[in-house]
Amino acid sequence: MSEPVFTLGQRVRIIDRTPSTHHRVPAYAKGQVGTIERICGVHGDPEKFIRGSGQPPQRLYRVRIPQTMLWEAYDGGPNDMLDIEIFENWLELAT
Amino acid sequence: MTEHDHDHARTFQPDHAEPTSEAAQLGLALRELLLEAGHYSVEEEQTMIAAMQGASPENGAKIVAQAWTNAPYKARLLDNGANAIRELGFDLDPFEFTVMDNSKNIHNVIVCTLCSCYPRSLLGMSPAWYKSSSYRARIVREPRAVLTEFGVSLSDDIDVRVHDSTAELRYMVLPQRPAGTDGWSQDQLAALVTRDSLIGVQRELGTASTVGD
Repeated sequence: MSEPVFTLGQRVRIIDRTPSTHHRVPAYAKGQVGTIERICGVHGDPEKFIRGSGQPPQRLYRVRIPQTMLWEAYDGGPNDMLDIEIFENWLELAT
Repeated sequence: MTEHDHDHARTFQPDHAEPTSEAAQLGLALRELLLEAGHYSVEEEQTMIAAMQGASPENGAKIVAQAWTNAPYKARLLDNGANAIRELGFDLDPFEFTVMDNSKNIHNVIVCTLCSCYPRSLLGMSPAWYKSSSYRARIVREPRAVLTEFGVSLSDDIDVRVHDSTAELRYMVLPQRPAGTDGWSQDQLAALVTRDSLIGVQRELGTASTVGD
């Protein structure tokens, strides 16, 4: 597997798409912008496991999103965070 | 009807029902096909069931007590949880075991919004509420309100971090060591650690009733 495409602290957008099959990105996270909190190794692609062996594998990241960006009228401060695991093929650089 | 009916009625317990739903039948059929095709053996299945039954929050408590009393171990645990718990004889393979450290100003809480992912082979079965759609939906959207319902009131200077376990990581919270436990043994410390504190719906651990247990 090649080097990680994204680096720690980089701003990324979680791609907003909805495959008809099993995938691991909850609706609330789609289209959201966060930062790379952790680079988590390479794993079988859950979208490929349903019809085989999970190949090619995907690198996994943890993306940190401020809660105030996720929810309107969030009942907490700007430092409350949501950390979520997202595969590389669901991320793009955010400007 | 006989004169024994009343005794029978008092002691009668129904057998586990035979599976009748389509999903249950499908599960049984799938298991038999997997065994027949040699994907795993009955022995391996028994070993796995035994391991699952041996898992409990006490395993997590041992890990926490080690981290509280051994700073280099704590650093290794936070850096690479999977490797660090192997030192204590635990293994969560193939998942990446990830430990989140509570501190004076940070509170961590775990959820799996998509299903109910949980480090089950380490901590045992997850509680029913962890799997409920209400917890899964609300803890990401209004964690402070949900934590209050669990009895955790967080002041404004404590930041909340919600961890949504969507893929290959399995999480455990490292609660803070309670004050007044200097010099306690690891066994005494481990007895303070609760399942809920490992998920993050409890923040303060009691010290009252455990010494000498």
